[in-house]
Amino acid sequence: MSKQSLEIIVNGENYFLAVEPNCTLMELLRDDLELTGAKEGCGEGVCGSCTVLMDGKPIRSCLTLALEASGSHITTVEGLAQHGDLDPLQQAFIDHGAVQCGFCTSGMLMSAKGFLLENPHAGKKEIRNALSGHICRCTGYTKIVEAVESVVDRSQEKR
Amino acid sequence: MKKFKYLISKTLDEAVSLYQSHGDSAMYVAGGTDVMVKIKSGKVTPDYLISLTHVGRNSEIRINPETGTLHVGGLVTHRTLEMSPLIKLQYPIIHDAVQRIGSTQVRNVATIGGNLVNAVPSADGAIPLIALDAYVNIYGSAGEHSVDLIHFFEGPGQTVLMNGEILTEIVVPKQPPRTGGAYQKFGRRAAMELPLIGVGVLITLEEDSNRCVRARIALGVAAPTPIRTLGAERYLVGKEINEDTLNEAGKLAAEESRVRDSIRGLAWYRREMVAVSVQRMGLTCLQRINQLKAK
Repeated sequence: MSKQSLEIIVNGENYFLAVEPNCTLMELLRDDLELTGAKEGCGEGVCGSCTVLMDGKPIRSCLTLALEASGSHITTVEGLAQHGDLDPLQQAFIDHGAVQCGFCTSGMLMSAKGFLLENPHAGKKEIRNALSGHICRCTGYTKIVEAVESVVDRSQEKR
Repeated sequence: MKKFKYLISKTLDEAVSLYQSHGDSAMYVAGGTDVMVKIKSGKVTPDYLISLTHVGRNSEIRINPETGTLHVGGLVTHRTLEMSPLIKLQYPIIHDAVQRIGSTQVRNVATIGGNLVNAVPSADGAIPLIALDAYVNIYGSAGEHSVDLIHFFEGPGQTVLMNGEILTEIVVPKQPPRTGGAYQKFGRRAAMELPLIGVGVLITLEEDSNRCVRARIALGVAAPTPIRTLGAERYLVGKEINEDTLNEAGKLAAEESRVRDSIRGLAWYRREMVAVSVQRMGLTCLQRINQLKAK
């Protein structure tokens, strides 16, 4: 079957593309746009490693058709750093040792980012809840939650 | 993944006529969290996928100011329900359920209509709505009609929808004063989990006492479709609602359930948990009714 046209904004850049209807957003990002931050873990929406933001909200890119994302703003982990400076959340992950093999990390970062955009003053319980759709098989979750929490604290101090 | 053609419908009529021109080789998709998994695994093999996401009018939550009925569009996402102050304050039983479906990423796109149409015995979204006596509006080539949600399900994956019909809206009648509801999804994990058992209880009390005038006990994963346990409901009506009567209602509900062994849990355990959960949710109902009074 033939390709269909797609207009999409990824990390602030406009793309006009032709994609196969059965191409997932994850495949589009990784294979066509060479943004390999979103990872395929389970491929069925369970593990969270393919999480990206669609219009600011975390979604599973492995279960979203590229065409279904037509017209949306997608943010991937590659779009978090601004002008070469890491997002405070990324820096916090480094500072807290919240990364081991790194496979789950971009998904964790994107969920945490989407969550903090909506809840800049969230508590630990809410953070754990927000990240509950992610699976990490090496560090455990403590450092990850602490990293996210540290960003929350800083934004409160600024106020 | 299997190849298919992706069609966008902007109106209900367009969606239905697209479906009818392609017959059984077409399938609707909204949030896609179930459909995509089924296509990837080869459980379904559509040649045409008809996206409903852009059929705008079915994506809002509103109260009809004249009748007080709650209208939830079929395309409303679980996340929208979860974050809605109206749902949280006035329909906590719905909030209980939607906040535990999938994960945030799933809830951001998965729709309540999709949850119902998918018709799995464990559909968390269905149980509270059945307890609330909800009905659904269905649109098709023959026009619109309504079905009580309890009669919407015919078996696992089977509903009354025929020939490209679309579930457009869920309607919840206005609840009488002194009504409280609660839902428990009983599972092992907080996310990405299907319940071992899902229990929804809704109780209406007399004006000045704890005497029950109406009770609803709805169960998920207790039968091939969501069910109500009518015997347990009848038992409660006219009784003082307290730990003892709720305990008895729980036992009756457990007897009425048709739970079975599965990879997630054994029947005997599920049956015992029905009894426990019915009592707990009943007590939560009482608490919530008293909170209403306090306000």
